[in-house]
Amino acid sequence: MLLDPFIEFGFLRRALVGCLALSVAAPPLGVFLVLRRMSLTADVLAHGILPGVAVAFLIAGLSVPALAIGGLVAGLVVAVGAGALSRATGGREDASFAALYLVALALGVALVSWRGGGLELNQILFGSALGVDDAALLLMAGTATLTLGVLAFAWRPLVLECLDPAFGASVGARGAWWHLSFMALLVLNLIAAFQALGTLMAVGLMMLPAIAARHWSRGVGGMAAAAVVLAVAASVAGLLVSYHLDVPSGPAVVLAAGAGWAVSVLAGPVEGLLPRLLAAQRRHLTG
Amino acid sequence: MNPAPSEIRLSDLTICHDRRPAVHHLSGRFAPGSLTAVVGPNGAGKTTLLRALAGLHRPQTGRIEGLPRPAGIALLPQQAAIDRGFPVTCRDVVLLGLWAETGPFRAVPREGQARAAAALEAVGLGGFGARPIGSLSAGQFQRVLFARLLLQDAPVILLDEPFNALDAGTVADLLGVVRRWHGEGRTVIAVLHDLDLVRREFPDTLLLAREGLGWGPTEAVLTAPNRLRARMMAEAWAEDAASCDLPPRASAA
Repeated sequence: MLLDPFIEFGFLRRALVGCLALSVAAPPLGVFLVLRRMSLTADVLAHGILPGVAVAFLIAGLSVPALAIGGLVAGLVVAVGAGALSRATGGREDASFAALYLVALALGVALVSWRGGGLELNQILFGSALGVDDAALLLMAGTATLTLGVLAFAWRPLVLECLDPAFGASVGARGAWWHLSFMALLVLNLIAAFQALGTLMAVGLMMLPAIAARHWSRGVGGMAAAAVVLAVAASVAGLLVSYHLDVPSGPAVVLAAGAGWAVSVLAGPVEGLLPRLLAAQRRHLTG
Repeated sequence: MNPAPSEIRLSDLTICHDRRPAVHHLSGRFAPGSLTAVVGPNGAGKTTLLRALAGLHRPQTGRIEGLPRPAGIALLPQQAAIDRGFPVTCRDVVLLGLWAETGPFRAVPREGQARAAAALEAVGLGGFGARPIGSLSAGQFQRVLFARLLLQDAPVILLDEPFNALDAGTVADLLGVVRRWHGEGRTVIAVLHDLDLVRREFPDTLLLAREGLGWGPTEAVLTAPNRLRARMMAEAWAEDAASCDLPPRASAA
């Protein structure tokens, strides 16, 4: 029941390998987003890549390299554009983000619907385990490899940029460049995820384990490790649920990640609800 | 400390913050090894000036000369600008002071760990290395940031409101560190609000109210008429912040 579906069906094996690659790379990025109080940014970018994906779809159909390049360009335009727009006009960056992503989502859906049918729209928005072909797998594995490599190098500047950007700028740490590279990785991971999970669900595997991770460790490294473990578990559990209950793979994986988050909030050793309750009770009894 | 500080000269310096001039046409000099307080009402441009000295703001006009950068400058940002909920230990924060040596990629040398422990010891936090910064009081965290400055070992030290909301014991200990820096011949520039403390501890003062109202020996600068003028100017400017006519940007440093 646990292993048989993966042994029997090639498409499930592909989906599993793809989701595991995403699980290794995306959650540590999510941890940095949470620590920078930018948890909603991934959501914004996931919507932001849609017009690029849609234009690529109009030109080249459901071709992975074309969709990836289109998405990357659109995502970076939203990521960089929101910051530049707010600096140029004196507005708030979160407001520019909100405006851009709403326009991007509407534009993306309109473009895909224009030439494609409901099936293509569904595929792009919500993904499908069946859609993970060789090209998509290569994109997922390549993205994971690149992400882990860059994170290994950029760990210290990213921590500095999150913790104390003014100090970072004063020692010449080039925070803006690291931030931009980080955003590019973020967009790349969302694009890699959308084949299996869809643009709207791709954020789930990145953010839910990252948000849950703070209940398992007090250090950045520990949080990243916990987030990866939670994401791997959610990928396996989600695909099994998807197979046995005939639920689309994207929502199933994200719901499994959601279950992991709920367990973490309840029982996680760092400020989980149950451990806090037990500690309070112990204090009450001994005090 | 390497190299020794040189004179820092400001000539006709105008710096913008949020696209409005915050410091107007400021000229003067910080002597090598001087200990200067920058005082003035809220919104007087003190932090903007300090950030420009640290290289975080580009001057709109005029120039800053004589700054060793970036490795020769150590900046203490305002505590409010730092995320104290971030999950790192005191040792990790102090070790960031070695950035000039390690950069983003190189490993921290073994003697760096010993220097970090010694710096924490020097600010009265011996044995605090493994504590997460989220568990510290405001005073303890400021001591950690001073330990990071110690590790930077820079000839020019910029302190933005270093003693705000700290208890008397912490202020006394950290003032001891500032005196030590002054004794070692480093140039120290601190944005401060407590004028009694400035009179007691800082030989030189720059009184700022968007433009320099006085710069020199503290007692000569902190006169009652000067302070009244500073307050009136700051209040007047609140209504009329963008009224300064700037020369074209081409003349910027």
